[in-house]
Amino acid sequence: MSVYVLCFILFSIGLYCVLRKRNLIKIIIGIGIMEYAVNLFFILIGYRFEGRSPIYAHDKVIKNMVDPLPQAVVLTSIVIGLSVTLMLIAVAMRIYERYKTFDITKINRLKG
Amino acid sequence: MRLAQYLIIIPLAAAFVMLLARKRFKSSSDILAVAASLSLTVISFVIALSTASGKAVVNNVGNWPPKIGISLVADGLSSFMLVIANFITLVVSVYSIAYIKKYTDKWKYYSLLMLMAAGVNGVLATSDIFNLFIFMEIASIAVYALVAFGTEREAMEASFKYAVMSTVASSFILMGIAFLYSYTSTLNMADMAIVIASKGPSKVIAFVSVLFLMGFGLKAALVPFHAWLPDAYSSAPATIPAMSSGVLIKSLGVYVIIRIFFNVFGITQEVLNIFITLAVLSMLTGSIMAFGQSNIKRFFGYSSISQIGYIFLGLGIGTPMAIAGSLFHLFNHSAAKSLLFLNAGDIETNFKKTDLNKMSGAAVLARTPVCGYTNLAGMFSICGVPPFAGFWSKLIIILACIQARRPFVAFIAVFVSILTIAYYFRAMTPVLFGEKTGEAAIELKNKPSLTMNLAMIALSLICLFGGVLLLPNNIGNNLLNCARSAIENGCSGYAAILFGAAK
Repeated sequence: MSVYVLCFILFSIGLYCVLRKRNLIKIIIGIGIMEYAVNLFFILIGYRFEGRSPIYAHDKVIKNMVDPLPQAVVLTSIVIGLSVTLMLIAVAMRIYERYKTFDITKINRLKG
Repeated sequence: MRLAQYLIIIPLAAAFVMLLARKRFKSSSDILAVAASLSLTVISFVIALSTASGKAVVNNVGNWPPKIGISLVADGLSSFMLVIANFITLVVSVYSIAYIKKYTDKWKYYSLLMLMAAGVNGVLATSDIFNLFIFMEIASIAVYALVAFGTEREAMEASFKYAVMSTVASSFILMGIAFLYSYTSTLNMADMAIVIASKGPSKVIAFVSVLFLMGFGLKAALVPFHAWLPDAYSSAPATIPAMSSGVLIKSLGVYVIIRIFFNVFGITQEVLNIFITLAVLSMLTGSIMAFGQSNIKRFFGYSSISQIGYIFLGLGIGTPMAIAGSLFHLFNHSAAKSLLFLNAGDIETNFKKTDLNKMSGAAVLARTPVCGYTNLAGMFSICGVPPFAGFWSKLIIILACIQARRPFVAFIAVFVSILTIAYYFRAMTPVLFGEKTGEAAIELKNKPSLTMNLAMIALSLICLFGGVLLLPNNIGNNLLNCARSAIENGCSGYAAILFGAAK
C-alpha cells in the first residue's frame, strides 16, 4: 500500500511544481514528474510480488505472472510523454527568443 | 467491412507523403490534403449510410477478435461525429489553400492538419480506451504546434499555456485509465461496461468519473477548465480555431464524455446534475465574457464556450428529446462556428485587422459580400433566428428542459440565448454595416479568393438548411436517431454492437 501512497506523493509534487513555479523550464520538469508518477502507478498495478516475467513457454506453468499489458501501455505512454516534453521545450525556447525571459509572470500579453 | 481503418491510414499517409513530395511540386501539399480529406468525407458518408440503415461498422484491426485486439467501431454516435468532423476538415483544407499563403512552410501546416484529422478519427472510431488516449494525444500535439504556427509572441505564449494545461489534463485521464484497468482488468470499453455493470456501483467509478470530468472537461472547454481556449483561439491562424471549435473540442471533449459516461459507466442522476451545473456555468460565463472582447477570434471563442454549455445542458437533462436536441446543436454549432472563424480569417486577410473596435469602417457586407452574407448566416444560426438550423436545436433543448420540469434551467437557456443575440449584434453590426466611404473606411487590401468563398458558402448552406435533419425519413434524420439511440441504449447497447458483430 505504501508504494501507492508514495506514487501519489510524487504525482502531487509534479502538480505542485506545475501550479506554483514561475520558471517555464521548472513547469516542464513538473509535467515530466507527473507523467513519471502516472507511469509508475500503471506499472505498480500490473506488478505481482514474487511474480515472474510474462513469457510463455511450454514447460512453465502460467502462475503468478506479472501482468504484461500495463508494461506495453506504459511504453507507449512514455513515448507520448517524450514528444509532449519536446514540443514544450521547443515552444519554451521560442518564447525565450521573443520575450528574453523564462518568468511566466512577465509573459503576459494575453489577457481577458 | 474494413472501411473504418482507412479513416486513420489515409490522413497519416497523407501527412507523411506531403513532407516527401513538397520539393517536386509546389502545390502538392494542397492537392494531397484536399484529396485526403475528400476521401475521408466519402468514407465517413459510406459508413454513416451503413449505420443509418441499422448496420454498425465493426472493423477488427489485424483480424484479432475484440477484447484481445483493437476494434474500430462506428455505431450511430461515432458515425454521426465522423461525418461532421471529416466534412469540416474538408472545408477547412479547401479554405486553407488560399488562406495559408501568408505563412511560410505550407506543407508543415497541412501535415499537422492531417495528423490532427488522424487523431480525431481515431478517437471517434476506436473502442479501446488506451487507444483513445493515444489518438487524443496525437491530435493534441498537432494542435499545440498549429496554435504556435504564426510564431508571434502571443502565439507562442498561447501554445505553451494550452500545452501545459492539456498535458496536465491528459495525466489525469491516464491515471483514470489506470484505475479503470485495475478495477475491470480490461481496456476494451464495451467489455469494461459489462464488468462495471456486473460489479455494481462503487467508489472507484466515482473517483474515475471526477478524473475524467476534469480531463475531458478541459479538452471540451467547460467553464472551470476553459482558460486555454480564448488565448489559443485568438492567436492561432483562423483555420485552427475553426477546426478546433468545429471538430476538436467536440470529438476529444464532448464525444468522449458521452461515450464514457453514457456507454461505459452507465449514467446516473448525480452525473447528470454535474453536467447541468457545468453547462449553466459555461453558458453564463461564456456569454458574459464575450461582451467585453475586442479581438474577433477571442470573441468567437467565448461564444464557443457558451454554446458548448447548451450541448451539455441537453445531455444533462437526459430525456430522449433533450439528447436529440443536444446532438443536433452539436452539429449546428460545428457548422456555424467553423463558418464564423473562417469569416474572421477572411476579414483578417482582406482588411488586415482583428480588433473589433477598429473595424467600424470595414463594411464587410458591401465590399466582400460573400464573406458578409455567410457571416450573417452563421450568426443567425448561432443566435437562433427562426429559419436557421440553430433555432430548432435551441428550441428543442429549451422545450426538453420545460418537459423535464426544470423551469429554472429553461429560463437560463432562454436568457443566454437573448444574451447571445445581444453580444453578436453589438460586436458584428459595425463590422458588417459600417461606412463604405469616408474617413472611417478601412482599405480593402486583398481580393477575396474563390476557394475561401467556396468553403464559406458550403458551410453557410448547412447553417441555412440544417433544419432538414429534423424532418422524418431522410438520411440525416435517421443518422441523428441512430446517434440518439446509441446514447440511450447505454452500456448494453454498445457492448451488443461490438460483440454482436464479432460473432
